[in-house]
Amino acid sequence: MFRKQECVAMLLAGGQGSRLYVLTRNIAKPAVPYGGKYRIIDFPLSNCINSGIETVGVLTQYQPLALSDYIGSGQPWDLDRMDAGVHVLPPYQRNKGGDWYKGTANAIYQNMEFIERYRPEYVLVLSGDHIYKMDYSRMIQFHKEHKADCTVAVIEVEMSEASRFGILNTEPDGTIYEFEEKPREPKSNLASMGIYVFNWEKLRHYLTADEQDPRSQNDFGKNVLPAMLEAGEHMMAYRFEGYWKDVGTIDSLWEANMDLLNPRVPLDLADPDWRIYSRNPGLPPHFIGQGAKVQNSLISEGGTVNGSVDFSVLFSGVTVEEGAEVCDSIIMPGAVVKKGARVHYAIVAENAVIGENARVGNRPEEYDNPGDWGVAVVASGVHIAPDSTVPPKAMIDADTMVEGGAAQ
Amino acid sequence: MRKQEVMGLLFSNMHDDSVRELTAGRALGSVPFGGRYRLIDFALSNMVNAGISKVGIITKNNYQSLMDHLGSGKAWDLSRKNEGLYILPPYGSSDQLYEGRIASLSGITPFLRNSREEYVILSDCHVVGNIDYSRLLEAHVASGAEITIGYQHGPLQGVRDGMVLQVAENGRVQDVRLGACTLDACDYSLGLYVMRKDFLMRAVDEAVSRNRMNFERDVLQRHLEKLEVFGYRVPEYAVPITSLDGYFRANMALLQPEVRGALFVPDRPIYTKVRDSSPALYGLHASVSNSLVADGASIEGEVNNSIIFRDVRIERGTRLDGCIVLQGSLVCERTSLDYVVMDKNVVVRAGRVLHGFDSYPVFIAKGSVV
Repeated sequence: MFRKQECVAMLLAGGQGSRLYVLTRNIAKPAVPYGGKYRIIDFPLSNCINSGIETVGVLTQYQPLALSDYIGSGQPWDLDRMDAGVHVLPPYQRNKGGDWYKGTANAIYQNMEFIERYRPEYVLVLSGDHIYKMDYSRMIQFHKEHKADCTVAVIEVEMSEASRFGILNTEPDGTIYEFEEKPREPKSNLASMGIYVFNWEKLRHYLTADEQDPRSQNDFGKNVLPAMLEAGEHMMAYRFEGYWKDVGTIDSLWEANMDLLNPRVPLDLADPDWRIYSRNPGLPPHFIGQGAKVQNSLISEGGTVNGSVDFSVLFSGVTVEEGAEVCDSIIMPGAVVKKGARVHYAIVAENAVIGENARVGNRPEEYDNPGDWGVAVVASGVHIAPDSTVPPKAMIDADTMVEGGAAQ
Repeated sequence: MRKQEVMGLLFSNMHDDSVRELTAGRALGSVPFGGRYRLIDFALSNMVNAGISKVGIITKNNYQSLMDHLGSGKAWDLSRKNEGLYILPPYGSSDQLYEGRIASLSGITPFLRNSREEYVILSDCHVVGNIDYSRLLEAHVASGAEITIGYQHGPLQGVRDGMVLQVAENGRVQDVRLGACTLDACDYSLGLYVMRKDFLMRAVDEAVSRNRMNFERDVLQRHLEKLEVFGYRVPEYAVPITSLDGYFRANMALLQPEVRGALFVPDRPIYTKVRDSSPALYGLHASVSNSLVADGASIEGEVNNSIIFRDVRIERGTRLDGCIVLQGSLVCERTSLDYVVMDKNVVVRAGRVLHGFDSYPVFIAKGSVV
């Protein structure tokens, strides 16, 4: 018998993140490195423990190995508990056969037994795609106070951007009366953050009904929430104010990292009252050599900088050799930028090596047509040959390399 | 569970007196070092990296900060179902705190008796080094010695309680001198011993029965002729910290790539408590050269030849040269500091100027406001 939990969090971490291209070829999107020492999933996991939610199911499907390894026992997030704690939940075979997760709702449906054993009042559904700090306990409190059946976290977006999001139309008191998925002419600018609190009894009912509907895509936003609204359930919008960023594309991942270097962006990773936890590689402090120049940057442990680094985020164990120049770039764990190499507006993934005097990416100012420019990406483990050039917007992985290791 | 061959015992408070400035409120083992470590991390990681899964920490006083650092031993992979980390506070039949190694070992007789390991590696916590203890054990077994002492060769600078050995070519220790004043290079002990557990327990019993409580004097020195005492010259980088000046130099040595390479070996990591600080942030006016910077630091000023610990803030217009700034300290704007060792949570207010010398650093005590 498991101890009862008031709330169980279910974290949807199965997404491929196909718009991150080469960065998610071998890892699931929530395992993508972010912010110098974190991975995207550190944010919802840390939010859970900081909000007092100690039972978390992580639903994995695409490339789960790195993610499962990373989560491990859950100890870095203080989520290694006797029977609560973090549990990785991949799709599995049962005696009537098994299935991949067909959609977000189906993923939860397939794990109803996991939820049931804690007999929760509430289920919190989260996604592993966003960078934000949020106290879920306040959202749950709001949900209780309004005696809602379902509460959806929303954030105000620019009206001009609203058609990219799932938009909620609400009464002045926050009661939701309409959902519109990527509306052409949005009536409000309240975008769903993909964070839901459900009364578990209600959710179980709707998940079961949804599963029996052969036409359903088994998706929360497309099917379950509209069905609940149609049936007249009490649904509330909970307004979140603060930093929230989807990091689903190369550009947004790059921007979200650069946001950390902007003191005006309200995302403080150093706040001792709301720490973001991560698995620590256990390396010594980083070393800045004589003649190095480092400004406006975040640098994590274990690295060595002998070159120049400006407006960049360097993860653990990164080496920037003498005469190398790294500007406006993200260098992920263990990557090496060799002597004289020049990296501008680029994402260099884990353990990649930029050869001597190679050039990766370029400044946007050098392009008249903005369409010609974009952040350059070097995939994990790729060696860029000395003196070669990786143009902006290029994505280099093992498959796009030509003989001798030069980039095409 | 499979029986382990060897267990570890660490003495967290030995040599406390030698670095009084830093041990006013803590055991020597929990003195911060190298940006993110505590001195005990080295000996403890050496134990773990040699496959030792049972380590007892013999404490004496001021061990609260040490216990806080060690926790359950998880960070060293010593939070185990079988064996793991044992913190052994002073315990004995009298109210008085023990003096000397023998008394402390006598106090843990039940712990030793209940241990099934054949050998014990005993180490003090004052040595900064990544030492392969498994080779030390191999050497001990191969030589047939009753006691093996880890030592290094070099000048003993400013050490009051140093132990100087005379080691014959076959490795046998022929002479032991305690507190000897020597300026020349010599073979000096690193406070690192290997022996059979049974032998250790017998030697402790024997010494206690005659009220002889000093291991070095009453066991090693007194019985040197009838015991098989061998020396093991530690081939790795290993520096004992025996003074504030030595502490300063050992930290500064980390700025040399060879020293970092010798100390931070990928296959034998030095483990420490994780604090989950965010990466170090360099501001618009930062200018940093030849320095070691830990996570959580925020640097807006000029930093040269320094060691910056976790969660330190250095404001704009400030210049540091040859400084060691411990965790959580704040150096406000327009300050100029040369050769200053700042203990934890110190605040240096705006416009202050402090100058030490490389052989005589200025020390600022924990929590002070300058």
